Parts: sequence; structure tokens; C-alpha cells
Amino acid sequence: MIQIDHAVKTFADGRQAVHALRDVSLRVEKGDIYGIVGFSGAGKSTLLRLVNGLEKPDSGRVTVAGQDLSGLNQKALLLLRRKIGMVFQQFNLLEGKTVRHNVSIPLLLAGTPKKEIEKRVKEVLRFVELEDKENAYVSQLSGGQKQRVGIARALATGPDILLCDEATSALDPQTTESILRLLQRVNREMGVTILLITHQMQVIQLICNKVAVMEYGRIVEEGSVLSVFGTPKEEVTRRFVRTVINDQIPEKFISVVRDEKRNQQVELLKFIGDSVKEPLIANLCRMDGLEVNILGASIQEMQGSVMSVFILQLIGEDALILQAEDKIDQAGALRERMVFQA
Amino acid sequence: MTADWQAQFKEMFGIKWPKLLESLGQTVYMLGWALLIGAAIGLLLALLLVMCRKGGLKQNRVIYAIVNAYVNIVRSMPFIITLVFVFPLTRLIVGKTYGSTAMLVPLVIYISPYMARLIENSLLEVSPGVIEAAQAMGATTWQIITRFLLPEALPSIVLAMTTGTVGLLGATAMAGYVGGGGVGDLALTYGYQRYNFPLLILTIVILVIFVQLLQLLGNRVSGKLRQHR
Repeated sequence: MIQIDHAVKTFADGRQAVHALRDVSLRVEKGDIYGIVGFSGAGKSTLLRLVNGLEKPDSGRVTVAGQDLSGLNQKALLLLRRKIGMVFQQFNLLEGKTVRHNVSIPLLLAGTPKKEIEKRVKEVLRFVELEDKENAYVSQLSGGQKQRVGIARALATGPDILLCDEATSALDPQTTESILRLLQRVNREMGVTILLITHQMQVIQLICNKVAVMEYGRIVEEGSVLSVFGTPKEEVTRRFVRTVINDQIPEKFISVVRDEKRNQQVELLKFIGDSVKEPLIANLCRMDGLEVNILGASIQEMQGSVMSVFILQLIGEDALILQAEDKIDQAGALRERMVFQA
Repeated sequence: MTADWQAQFKEMFGIKWPKLLESLGQTVYMLGWALLIGAAIGLLLALLLVMCRKGGLKQNRVIYAIVNAYVNIVRSMPFIITLVFVFPLTRLIVGKTYGSTAMLVPLVIYISPYMARLIENSLLEVSPGVIEAAQAMGATTWQIITRFLLPEALPSIVLAMTTGTVGLLGATAMAGYVGGGGVGDLALTYGYQRYNFPLLILTIVILVIFVQLLQLLGNRVSGKLRQHR
């Protein structure tokens, strides 16, 4: 649906050159909710804007729905943009106008007949659960409602792709979740492919099926959400994953590990879905001469699946610990040794 | 009774009542037309400045530099200088250099760059996010101007035009003195030169009321437009 190949973009900011994108490639399939996560200044915004041609790459290729953007004239580009909705962090609505006016604008621009506009506006407002606010002024709405209007506006022309630019970053956690559920419905019920950028890992966790992590204008890691959350490789990815999955030994238990005089190893275990069939921890406990201590445990829902994280303190002979590690690996759990600094 | 009142007026201010009405009419005439034409040209110049500026939708350094220089040059000339300087042009367009209509030429030349600057500021206040949203929807440049930029800036433009109109009122007084008539002319030739102090006061009062009404109107209209934000 969206393919970006080796995109490079440099901005001249006075005498300094800002490398927003350094050779970025990305592939979004139809039906994906693809999340790009990164700290501010990582180049996410620029990458997102390549897709609807608001930014043009210095080099590289952008293909959307089979069309090479560099080959489009202005008119074709405008037509393509009507098939790509965009939602913004600050909503970017006409604050002094009614909800109806805001949602009908993209249709007016496209020259849609008046009757059809009326019908379509009602339709999308019902979808975002704001049918009773049609005549309200945007300035009278809450942040969450404004974003619903923003989404309704983006959907008015029946786009195939929705671009979300930090769509939930200005909202409180509860509202964020309701907006994310709405985006999920947009994806499932309308079949809209979604590409979103965010700095909130929670957003990725809740609705994305694929994720790319950006840093300094590069994609440093990408893959399915489960695999990236399960086995993050880069330090920046770990930092992001850590914001939603606690894989640290709770502060209060550090002394438990530090004060343990016997031979020990702390292990971080991740179980995804029901991939582990056997009662693994019970089996470990049954091993002669091995003491198993659960230091931490958490369960995260993501992608319709569940990821459980355990932090185990294994106490016993080295050989026994190795044996236990084998057992864990064979059972199909993701395991890593936690290096503990005294 | 009426005659009585008019006689008293003549006694007090040294001019006949209809003369005052005629002057008021001339002022309104000059103000109205100069405002209409000047604002239209000013809007056009402002749009050119905003669209062609660095980072604008139709970035164009040459057009921006030319318009910007024109606006700066004309704005740095005192109106009384502009007035006599454009006499040849006035004669060319209107056929004479006196009378309220002839004065419209320098008035428009004077007020349009001023309006352009004021309107430019109003247009620049429009959130870049709204413009970006418009672009993302596939709006053409014309649609961005007519459906987003101007409607969003309108309340601010109204206030800017009010400020411009008050400035223009001052200029009509000077134009009047050079042959355009109006309240300013009345104050200078009948009031000042004939040492008619009451008349001078009367014209000042009239001008003050005029400005107050203009400002009130501008604020009301702008407020009405801003009502729901």
C-alpha cells in the first residue's frame, strides 16, 4: 500500500543542515496499523509527510497505492491526497465553525453534490459517535471530541489510507484509549490502512500490528509488534519497550539480589500468548537444589494477544542454573540473563 | 423654528448648516471609496506577500522582494508628499487635481500598502496547522485562500481594516486641504484661517465621534465573527 525506498531528506536550517531522513525504507501492507515510534526530532513527522507529498524526498522513492509520487503532476497529487486522510496532534480544525462545516470541507473541495455531502457527514459523524454534535461549534468541544471530528473529517472522502500525526499526544490517557479504539474500528470496519507516528509506546502496544523505531533519521528496528516487544535489540527500542513493560527488578527487591550470598542468576522471561503450554515455573520449582524466587511479574495485552513478563531469581549451582535455562528455552519462553550491578 | 436654529448655528460657527453637511458628505465619499479600493488592493498585496514569502505556499523571492519594497517605500512617504507627488498621475486618471474624486488617487496609493501590511499580519496569524490540514485534504492554492486563509483571518482583518480606516480619515483631512473638501478642509480654511475657534472645536468633535463610531463598528463586526472561537 505504501512503500518508501531509501528516502533521504535534509533541511537547511540557516547554516546548519538538519538530516531529517538518512536512507529510510518502509513498507506498509494493506490493512496494517503501522506505528512509527521515536523521540522528537527522530524524523517521524517528515517520514509521515512523504506519504501524501507534503514533503518531498531529496532522493529515494515513495510509492502509494502503486503510484510513484515523484511522477505525479500537481493535479494528480491533489487527487491522491483525497484518498489519504490525515489526523493531527493539534486537530487543526476550523475552531470557529460548526462540526458539520469542518467535516464537510474535504467534500466541498472535491466538488461533491450538496445532498451527498449532507448524507456523508451524518454517516461519518455516526461512525465517530458524534451525531448529536453536528451543529455544535468546534470551540465548544473537548479535546477528545475535537479529535473525533478530526478523524471524521479525514474519513469524509472515504480514504484508503489514514495518516496519524501524534493523534493522541495532546489527550489524557482515558481519552487516548477511546481514540485508539476508534482508530482500530476505522481499520477493521472500514478497511483503512493506518500509518501513525507517536512517541507513546502505549499507542503501538494497543493498536499496531507492526512497528518501526526511528532514531536520528533512521529506522533502527522494525517488525511485528510482538517480536519487537518480545526481543528488542537496540537500546532505544528497549527504552521505549520499558515505558510500557517493566523489565526492571523492582527497587525494593534489589537488596534481595544483592544480599544473596549463594550462587545465583536473575532471568527475564517473556511469554507471548499461549506459546508456552507446560507449567514452566512449577517445573522449575520442582528441580532439586534449585530455588526459584519471583521478583516481578506483569501481564500486557497487545495485538489481541497477551505478553507476560517474569523476573526470576534462580539460586543454585551453575550447572543447575544452566539446566534450568535449557528448560526455559525448550518450553518456548523468551529468556535473557539480567546483568545485575551490585 | 428651524430657521431659528439654523441662524443660531451660523452665528456660532460662522458657516451655514448645509455647508457642514456637504463637508461631511465629501469626507464620507473620500473615505468610503478610498477604503473600498485601497482595501481591495491591500488585500491583493497582502496575499502576494504571504504566498510568496519564504516558506509560503508559492514561495517566490522576486515577487516578494518587489511587493515588499513597494510597500515599504510608499509607507515611508508622508501623505502630504505623496499627495503632490502623484499630481501628474491624478491628472492622467481623473483629468484634474482638485475635488474629492481626484483625491481618491493619492488616498488609495497611500492607504493600500498600509492595509497590505495590516492584512499581511492578520493572514500570518492563521495557524500553519490549519493550512497544512487543507493541503493534506488536497485543496488547491485558490481553495486554501478562499476556504481556509481568508475565513480564518477575517475577524482579525476586520480589526486591521478599522485601524487602517482611522488612518485614512486623517489622510482625507489633508487631501481636503489641497482641494478635496470635507471636514478637514472645513477645519483648516473656515476654522483655522478665519480664526473661527468654535468651528475648529466642532470639527474636532465630529472627527472624534467619527473615529469612535468606526472603532465601535469594527469591534462589533469582528466580535460577531469571532463569536464561536
